[in-house]
Amino acid sequence: MTPRITFAVAARVLTQIRRDHRTLAMLLVLPCLLISLLWWMFDGPAAGPSPMFDRFGPGLLAIFPFMVMFLVTSVTTLRERSSGTLERLLAMPMGKVDFLLGYAIAFGVLAAVQSLLAVVLSVYVLDLEVDGPVWLLGVVAVVDAVLGTALGLFVSAFANTEFQAVQFMPLAVVPQILLCGLFVPRPALPDVLQVISDLLPLSYATDAMTDLKHGEETAQIFGLLGIVAGFAVGVLILGAATLRRRTA
Amino acid sequence: MMKNAVEVHDLVVVRGDNEVLHGLDFTIPVGQVTGLLGPSGCGKSTLMRTLVGVQAGVTGTATVFDQPAGARQLRDRVGYVTQAASVYDDLSVTENLAFFAKVLGVDRDEVAKAIDKVDLASHQDQVVSKLSGGQRSRVSLAVALLGTPDLLVLDEPTVGLDPVLRQDLWGLFHRIADGGAAVLVSSHVMDEAERCDRLLLMRDGVFIADGSPAEIKQKTGADDIEQAFLTIVREAA
Repeated sequence: MTPRITFAVAARVLTQIRRDHRTLAMLLVLPCLLISLLWWMFDGPAAGPSPMFDRFGPGLLAIFPFMVMFLVTSVTTLRERSSGTLERLLAMPMGKVDFLLGYAIAFGVLAAVQSLLAVVLSVYVLDLEVDGPVWLLGVVAVVDAVLGTALGLFVSAFANTEFQAVQFMPLAVVPQILLCGLFVPRPALPDVLQVISDLLPLSYATDAMTDLKHGEETAQIFGLLGIVAGFAVGVLILGAATLRRRTA
Repeated sequence: MMKNAVEVHDLVVVRGDNEVLHGLDFTIPVGQVTGLLGPSGCGKSTLMRTLVGVQAGVTGTATVFDQPAGARQLRDRVGYVTQAASVYDDLSVTENLAFFAKVLGVDRDEVAKAIDKVDLASHQDQVVSKLSGGQRSRVSLAVALLGTPDLLVLDEPTVGLDPVLRQDLWGLFHRIADGGAAVLVSSHVMDEAERCDRLLLMRDGVFIADGSPAEIKQKTGADDIEQAFLTIVREAA
């Protein structure tokens, strides 16, 4: 690994995103709009007080960075594979780890900005009650985003077209959203689904957000965060295995 | 004796169930522009990919500057241009070059020099997606020129370019070779043959001729390389 190259990749990815105003706007504004929509549905002026926004809010803060970064990364890396730039980079003195970490850093930075906006909106404007430290919501969101990036890098190896890459979302992301405890608390799931839920990283991210809201011990939250980070590293290593220098 | 940049012995490449290259033996000397000519689909790109170390399914030996092709030590000594312009469409010309320069560990002032060499200084701040096809392939070529590589592997770099520009680029290739590098250029257009110091004519994964343009024409009694190519194929049939 060469830091010079890793940061060159990260800076380049960020420049590309900055160029693309529409994508940038969607990345930053869309999560805020959806959270506002949720608040309006449950807690809006006409609805009267309800505990629903408090229940779903933290989960959404975990899901958005994961989902959005998964999508953006799988399409960008696929483009890199099909345009020949990946082949060119691998013929240069670039380590696979430089490539993967570069992407992870770039999207981690974007996720930090994205979650800053979403957290500030949820907590200070829409009155989401959080008993734990608010800054930790942002940390969980960034780790989540890196997880999404890692998974996106990995699945892009199995897609030949951008159409296929987008179709991986229902496969790799939606089951995680259904089983992460947002809709049915994880302990209330049928046994088999509970086991599956235990194997999926987003469950731990959602747990971390929910625990934060309820003001659980910070140590416990860092433990959950460690599990999510472990998954992210594992998937990044799998992703490295799909980056072949020599291809047919 | 001239030093060889590339030495290849009994090279076979298999892609899927097909054998694409059937036991090639050749060398590429430094100080010359070597042309790899043949119809599209004959294996030119596969051979070039093998030399830069991104081709799978390779048997036989391929060494570049006495190292196995694709070795880590070679990655900043070999410039490679793929057939499609492999640059980032959403970055400007300068941003593309600056990125690749950082990856290669090359000085920032090399960027402007490389852009000048391919005559794109007037477009340096334009985003690549706004450029014409020929301009894009020149950006791709400029990337390969960064850091003055000792071996340049160029897959059809002059396709679709204006004749004046094409002539300039061939002049550039010769200047690079005169500077002591080895240059390998592929083309499916036979009229580019005359611009090379030496030719490897390829068909269906084998070489059917190897020599200077004059030698090949003399041996076959043909007036140009296209005729020579046809004569060789006809005699073999």
